[in-house]
Amino acid sequence: MTGDWLANFPPGLIMILGAVLVPFLPGLSRKIWMLALPVLAFVHLLGLEQGMLGRMVLFDLELTTLRVDRLGLIFGYIFLIATFLGVVYQLHVKGWLEQVATLIYAGSATGAIFAGDLVTLFLFWEGTAISSVFLIWAAGTPQALAAGQRYVLIQITSGMILLAATMIHHGQTGSIAFESFDVTSLAGLLIFLAFGIKAAFPLLHFWLKDAYPQATVTGAVILSAFTTKLAIYALARGFAGTEILIPIGTVMAAFPIVFALMENDFRRVLAYSLNSQLGFMVVGIGIGTELSLAGTAAHAVCSVLYQGLLFMSMGAVLMRTGTAKGSELGGLYRSMPITAAFCCIGAASISAFPLFSGFVSKSLIISASLKGEYFVTWMVLLFASAGAFLHSGFRVPFFVFFGRDSGLRPREAPKNMLTAMGIAAFLCIGIGVLPGVLYALLPSPVKYEAYTLEHIVTQMQILVFAAVVFVVFLRMGQLPSLQRAINLDVDWIWRKPVAWIAGGLHIALLNFLSGLTAKTAEAGARLARTLYYEHGPTGRLARTRPSGSMALYMAALLVAFMAFSFF
Amino acid sequence: MANDRPPFQPDQTPDPAEIPRKAADEPPGWTDNKTTVKLLNYALFAFAILLLLIDPLVHKHGPFEIEHVWGFYGLYPLAACVAVLVVARVLGAVLRRAEDYYDR
Repeated sequence: MTGDWLANFPPGLIMILGAVLVPFLPGLSRKIWMLALPVLAFVHLLGLEQGMLGRMVLFDLELTTLRVDRLGLIFGYIFLIATFLGVVYQLHVKGWLEQVATLIYAGSATGAIFAGDLVTLFLFWEGTAISSVFLIWAAGTPQALAAGQRYVLIQITSGMILLAATMIHHGQTGSIAFESFDVTSLAGLLIFLAFGIKAAFPLLHFWLKDAYPQATVTGAVILSAFTTKLAIYALARGFAGTEILIPIGTVMAAFPIVFALMENDFRRVLAYSLNSQLGFMVVGIGIGTELSLAGTAAHAVCSVLYQGLLFMSMGAVLMRTGTAKGSELGGLYRSMPITAAFCCIGAASISAFPLFSGFVSKSLIISASLKGEYFVTWMVLLFASAGAFLHSGFRVPFFVFFGRDSGLRPREAPKNMLTAMGIAAFLCIGIGVLPGVLYALLPSPVKYEAYTLEHIVTQMQILVFAAVVFVVFLRMGQLPSLQRAINLDVDWIWRKPVAWIAGGLHIALLNFLSGLTAKTAEAGARLARTLYYEHGPTGRLARTRPSGSMALYMAALLVAFMAFSFF
Repeated sequence: MANDRPPFQPDQTPDPAEIPRKAADEPPGWTDNKTTVKLLNYALFAFAILLLLIDPLVHKHGPFEIEHVWGFYGLYPLAACVAVLVVARVLGAVLRRAEDYYDR
């Protein structure tokens, strides 16, 4: 019977349950335990049979807590690799809060990948939201606390929409299976929206660039791997071939480029460039052919690795200099040569240089858009490829490690960080040199020849001419200037006008009440104060609790029932 | 019990005074050599021209006619990158705010 029980055990739960022990383990044993958890989960995953496993009945709902198939497996593999790299990168961090948050976050994301029904998906979906915010809050700055609050509000909203959609879907069809949905039905549209928030669709993207740059040094690395790629997986599972995704992904690949080029905080540049890379994957899902879906999965794998590597190198710089702002940095290759080299490998990968990972995955999606004759999308993706080289491939390493010398000579990154970066860099090059290994693991095994003369020459043309433009603009002093400043994005709407209106209403209410008799006015004002305190723009209740607490109660209730059904 | 320490420690920003700085007698790095940088630039431009010259030798298989125009894969990114950098400058002038804009 033990075998049966084990064969139905979700790999994500290994890390979530393992995380509970972390605070109680002293010193070295804690590190070994944390490193062992993703390895254990990986070994367990390799041993699982494919199919619908982990079935249990909750209320009158039949849950499938473990669905193993090729689409899930590839995301599962890369999530566990990313967890391991994240833990290695994090080894020097003292305490246990970030460590526990990392494991629960990664475990929830992995659990969500293997969720076969919407209720299980919802539980893990909320798990990622609630655990990941601690990676932002742990930075401890007032900006991080505020950004974390905004982040968790958005994330939990996504979960609430998913929950509502699950209920509607169940009511209409009697099924909670997590399969493909029709975006023209109400439930399908809501699920689409819930996934779209986490995938950072245009206009819903602002939480990504708002929160990630405020996270801790290690937190940003871990955040960059999971939430958005989970959403990509969910879209690929639920909405493959949904045509509206093609224009959405096309816009998504293009518009962050402009913001990335203006931005001074290089961790925010990376958040924008991550957003642009997600656009490629969304296009792949929208096209919906075997080739394009394989391209999405491959690009997700490569993107976890190179984006993680870039965030790691910026994290190392941030840790050693206290800033990741382009205006303050420059010339660091002299004292941080290894970090600089790893950053360049990440940059070459995101730019899709031949022999680096981005080249073998991005070309699948671009080829799919070419084969499907999506002209505008294809043109925009070519532009976005050149753009990726401008903002992340050239601009980031150049202004941090080369360029104008800042005079700073910080020490090289700690050994554990270098190790994590080294493994990620090795995988970036490994996939680029031997793409067959990755291709064999894709949802539908593709026979694709990435290294044809045509692909290599055209890609080199794109990159070299983008470099020419960069160099010419640089020499003429015409690049967007690096100065200590921020750029407005759509989150301005709720951080300024909406906040003003809410504040104005509060004052108007107080004035109105003061017109009443003194006694009622006083009572009324007290009420207004209480309301404002609890529900006003700065009130914690208004910010996160009404949706947050309900989601938490729901999650707790469901977990309790699940626990009951186990025994 | 390993719990005598606080659960976490916010990232410590290094004291600016403690970050090592350039020493007065530091030998110049390779990027300080103007000739090297110039050579690199010329190599890049030469490579770009070479890629344009060999372009007709590479057969392209795509369905769109524009792809078969000589040098499309070089000249289109060239134009697009110039355009996006100009847009970024213009938009930057409109959207740029002080760093404490949201904290005020």
